[in-house]
Amino acid sequence: MITFKLNGQQRTFDGDPDTPLLWVLRDFEKLTGTKYGCGIAQCGACTVHLDGMTRRSCITPIATVDGSEVVTIEGIEGKEAEAVQKAWVAIDVPQCGYCQSGQIMSAVSLLQMTPKPSDDDIDGAMAGNICRCATYQRIRQAIHDAADTMEG
Amino acid sequence: MTVHSIKSTRRSFLAGAGLVIGFTLAPRMFSARAMQGVQAGGDTALSPMNAFVKIGADDTVTVLSKHIEFGQGPFTGLATIVAEELDADWSQMRAVHSPADDKVYANLAFGLQGTGGSTSIANSYEQLRKAGATARAMLVAAAAEEWKVPASEITVEKGRIKHAATSKESGFGAFASKAATKTPPAEPRLKDPKDFILIGQELPKLDTVSKTNGKAVFTLDVTADNMLYATVAHPDHFGATVKSFDDLQARKVQGVVDVRQIPQGVAVYAENTFAALKGRAALEIEWDLTKAETRSSDQLTADYEKLFAEKGLAATNNGDVEKAFSGNGVQSIEAVLAFPFLAHAPMEPLDAVFVKAVDGSVDIYTGAQFPGMDKSTAAKVLGLDPEKVRVNTQITGGSFGRKAQFGSPYMQEAAAVFAATDGNRPLKHMWTREDDIRGGYYRPMYVHKMRGAVDADGKIVGWDQSIVGQSIMAKADLDETSVEGASNLPYDIPNLRVISHNTTLVVPPLWWRSVGHTHTGFAVETFVDELLEKVGKDPVEGRLALLSKEPRHIATLKKVAEMANWGSPVPEGRQRGVAVVKSFGSYVAQIVEVSVSNEGSPRVHKVWCAVDCGIAINPNVIKAQMEGGIGYGLGAVLFDAVTLGPGGKIIQSNFHDYRSLRINEMPAVEVAVIPSGEPPTGVGEPGVPPIGPAVANAWRRLTNSPVRRLPIVNVLSA
Repeated sequence: MITFKLNGQQRTFDGDPDTPLLWVLRDFEKLTGTKYGCGIAQCGACTVHLDGMTRRSCITPIATVDGSEVVTIEGIEGKEAEAVQKAWVAIDVPQCGYCQSGQIMSAVSLLQMTPKPSDDDIDGAMAGNICRCATYQRIRQAIHDAADTMEG
Repeated sequence: MTVHSIKSTRRSFLAGAGLVIGFTLAPRMFSARAMQGVQAGGDTALSPMNAFVKIGADDTVTVLSKHIEFGQGPFTGLATIVAEELDADWSQMRAVHSPADDKVYANLAFGLQGTGGSTSIANSYEQLRKAGATARAMLVAAAAEEWKVPASEITVEKGRIKHAATSKESGFGAFASKAATKTPPAEPRLKDPKDFILIGQELPKLDTVSKTNGKAVFTLDVTADNMLYATVAHPDHFGATVKSFDDLQARKVQGVVDVRQIPQGVAVYAENTFAALKGRAALEIEWDLTKAETRSSDQLTADYEKLFAEKGLAATNNGDVEKAFSGNGVQSIEAVLAFPFLAHAPMEPLDAVFVKAVDGSVDIYTGAQFPGMDKSTAAKVLGLDPEKVRVNTQITGGSFGRKAQFGSPYMQEAAAVFAATDGNRPLKHMWTREDDIRGGYYRPMYVHKMRGAVDADGKIVGWDQSIVGQSIMAKADLDETSVEGASNLPYDIPNLRVISHNTTLVVPPLWWRSVGHTHTGFAVETFVDELLEKVGKDPVEGRLALLSKEPRHIATLKKVAEMANWGSPVPEGRQRGVAVVKSFGSYVAQIVEVSVSNEGSPRVHKVWCAVDCGIAINPNVIKAQMEGGIGYGLGAVLFDAVTLGPGGKIIQSNFHDYRSLRINEMPAVEVAVIPSGEPPTGVGEPGVPPIGPAVANAWRRLTNSPVRRLPIVNVLSA
């Protein structure tokens, strides 16, 4: 039996311990904001926060999550999350929107570590998140905007 | 255990989640409680004014989008058009997908329901203006009756219906149900475009908020209680079929329920996605390659080039090309260009959910780009009357052409997977990224042979282009999609010949964002650039001189040159390149600034982009589509090819070897939308064609090596 905290609530999982966290979230917990995009940690659509750090849930076996704390797009909160989501909406970042949960999880984590990121910081933190619609210019802008509002 | 004997063992998911967005109707088997998925057509409690507009008692106006929303913006664009003529307030507007109906919801450019060719706004513009105006007239008629005042004295503004003389005022909701009973005017009065209030504004997109908090329901997110999850093992050669398979190990995987052969491969059914994937990986399958494509991409290219010697199909033959090339003092240059197979790789791979109702009818939830075709295809596979199948188009994670397939081959597979069960459990079928990259329906391979003639005065007098590749429309005769952009060359060259050679492969072809322009735009715009260079002309001035009969090309090109301050000094180590392409009725010109990266490949710093797409419904959406088209096209020309290796085996499989542009590779993009009173045209595709040739032109100036083969990075590393 694997026990972990999900968006603040205690959860258990007693299925195949190899099951990636992604599919536990989506198929068992029915939290579908976290997306499948590649299954090999190449696209970042599955990004969640695991014990406060970004993690690609598609390659994270649930067995390794035992005792950890998982936060998904459905559960993020705090000033960084609020600033990021507001900034995303203000300039209409999403197109198809499928990758955006992962983008936002990475962006929130970036701002938690680096409240005033440079373009290079953004490249470093966000290059693991693919957007096939190529909304990158707006992602970059929204992160800068969010940083500005947190400061102000 | 098989799928026919399965009993529900899992708790109803609703106990743990509160994410129910959509509802299915009685008498369907699965109650609203157990279903997450958005039903096409919207809430049935809303009052329908016509096929496109529903109004709620709460004053909300819901627009039924006959076009799929996969990021290109029809929900917002179509709702804007309706809201304009309805005099609604933007805050009350909503949008949902319409039901599947090839008549009521036909794309007026196609004759059946479908999204593609950047036609959503163009074909809907008049239709939805009328739908909005009709609804407005019905609301006014209902108010006039209720208030006992002449309809002509009623005004509507920002969602408020008013009668000044009696100081009466109301929202739409109070009259919605009564208005729905009114006879719609045959010819509603439309606004003079100069009076537009909402059209032309950068209104916030309707689907943004749900795409920033994880609440948007994509097909992959549709969940029904007691649902099965299925994946299919596919061959790694095109045209291969299952010879035999051993599912002993697969059936031992925890959570695997059943394994069945279907025409497309071997399907694994399981209690969750991971079990289905693990089960699939444990299958041992022997494939029959008798009918498979066994040539490699290199062999195909060589075979294609042999066709240049043959006559081919004449797409254009103006003047006398042979004579032009043999004229006195005429110099010619030649180039052979090779374009690879390209996968579309939308973020959300192909997927569908099937739910059978108690009356035997079936709801399908999917990203349907041709919903009517998906419906009839599924009905056929399931052995049902099409009226017993409802296609509920979901918000979709991209497509770029991938989800628009004649004959709905994906739906054939998904429906076959469902049909192989007894249908008593809902079923989700998904493709993995590997299925997607290796699944065919690519932008076909093409090879172009270009010949250009310049006379002693430096005038381009002859253009001779041969194009070899698959016909996307599966035609034996000329396929316009193979030659569009070349056969109607905008440049004024007196002797022009464009020849097409169709090839036949088992690798299935498909349109890929901007279709023929993906390769003709590259070929034309790089070659004209080389010809202009040969005669010592400036790339912008030289093009303008050749475009004397094309005023919208000229205006777009001049605008982008002004934005980039063309002719001003370029920073050390950089070069600029330009391209202008008209596609799908829209004109797009781009100028790029490029340097050589540390890895020796093109680094694109900046893109200036000017677009003329007629009346701009929402300039912000247009700019977003240009930015996205540039990023999508740039990733492909720099990095992407699906290649067949020795024996025809597909090489690439996922994003590690089928690269996508990443944020650190995205140039800064500046877009100008040219003001226009012309009818609106599309923007989903036209941003793509110019970026490749603009980069290649800058690269040639930077390195003295023309780009003859895509993707650029493969050639550099070869």
